[in-house]
Amino acid sequence: MAPTKFYGSGFPYKKIKNLPGKLIVVEGTDGVGRSTQIELLKKWLEKSGYAVSDTGLRRSPLTQPGIEEAKGGNTLFPLTNSLFYATDFADRLENQIIPALKAGFIVLSDRYFYSIIARDVLRGIDPSWARDIYGFALVPDIVLYLKADIDTLITRIVHGRGFNYWEAGMDILKLDNLYDSFREYQTRMIDQFSIMAKEFNFHTINANFSIKATNDQIMTHIQPILDEYNK
Amino acid sequence: MLKENNYTGKLIVVEGIDGSGKSTQIDLIYKWLTEKGRSVYFSEWNSSPLVKNTTKTGKKGKVFTPTTFSLIQAADFADRWENQFLPMLKAGVIVLADRYAFTGFARDVARGVGRKWVRNLYSFAFLPDLVLYFDVPLDDAVERITSSRSKLKYYEAGMDLNLSDKRIASFRLFQGKILKEYQKMIGEFGFEVLDATRPVHKQQKDVRKLVNKVLKGWKGLPNPMVSARIYARCQANPVSTSRTEVKNGTH
Repeated sequence: MAPTKFYGSGFPYKKIKNLPGKLIVVEGTDGVGRSTQIELLKKWLEKSGYAVSDTGLRRSPLTQPGIEEAKGGNTLFPLTNSLFYATDFADRLENQIIPALKAGFIVLSDRYFYSIIARDVLRGIDPSWARDIYGFALVPDIVLYLKADIDTLITRIVHGRGFNYWEAGMDILKLDNLYDSFREYQTRMIDQFSIMAKEFNFHTINANFSIKATNDQIMTHIQPILDEYNK
Repeated sequence: MLKENNYTGKLIVVEGIDGSGKSTQIDLIYKWLTEKGRSVYFSEWNSSPLVKNTTKTGKKGKVFTPTTFSLIQAADFADRWENQFLPMLKAGVIVLADRYAFTGFARDVARGVGRKWVRNLYSFAFLPDLVLYFDVPLDDAVERITSSRSKLKYYEAGMDLNLSDKRIASFRLFQGKILKEYQKMIGEFGFEVLDATRPVHKQQKDVRKLVNKVLKGWKGLPNPMVSARIYARCQANPVSTSRTEVKNGTH
């Protein structure tokens, strides 16, 4: 079992010994197919006998109502939004992810703080300020970054849930239509992910092809993690 | 760590442990400055309408950890920063804050988060033009709080730190830790230290001297009553268009 690692000083008031579970993060832009892949992976892991716990942004019962409410109004600015998300993230990490890892679960996280940072930076937040906040974050065992071209994303969005205000970055781009806005915003998000891919050691998965093709790559990448878990 | 205030407005804050009498003092400053014709904005720790419900949920369920407590308080501060402090300072207002980032630094470190980490959290904020720190011996502060208020609340007493089963004993230990953190910040952030055991009006006299020093030669935004008078005079006497000339005359 590898010793637990944090990006910064972690939780100084908490003794966290080695965690027997594994933390698998799936990152990527909107429309890249994260939830589909997580669902497949979860089913397969459970079928193979692993105990799985899944989590994703904004799922903390502490902050969920507050964030929803704040987003509905027009007084929520970037710093506050950023710290709201950081609270959500910390709450899930301390109260959900770490306990699950302690109990030996495989934790599947739909996005991690990387997405939050990317969105923050596009809204004018200082990149190093944002990174330093997440000094309490656990270094995952693997980060699978699903990467698809902007045209792929657009096809999937059109044939899926359709364009929406936040995913199109309408709050910052002020363009007159969702299509142009989505295209521009997600292109910028992809740029942010490219910067982070090296920095945070992402495993990049080509997500331009079929669900099955993406899943096959994921399986190859997580095998070493499972081997280590089974040792 | 904290940025320099390059805006026209002035930022004046009061700090100190619970029971140091800082709220009384800042209230007196507020009234005094308003009467002098200044535009003054007052903001209190933990008062963002956007964050309020989340804080309430966390406190009620006792689900806060030192990290999430620190983050939600920073979110509360950030909301007030973005919606109030920043635009007000830009407009030339005197912003008075009852507690500032330093409260976060003191309390959160007392709870166990890293000093450096929490300082980064608030690094978007300005170093105030004046920090009035009300220094009070622990015993006096505890006496003031426990005799005047109803039962201490869970987080207020620092019960989450498991320092003691008894609220008052826990409160004393918690405040002691906070006091230590404040002492360290006096030099770090250039606090003006006031002896909070002295009579209120004597403290206020010193406080006003310090505030006057900050405002010496400064021209900020007047308050609406004064600005109405300025316009009235300009209309009556078009030659005298200099705002300051007229404004000085109103004193």
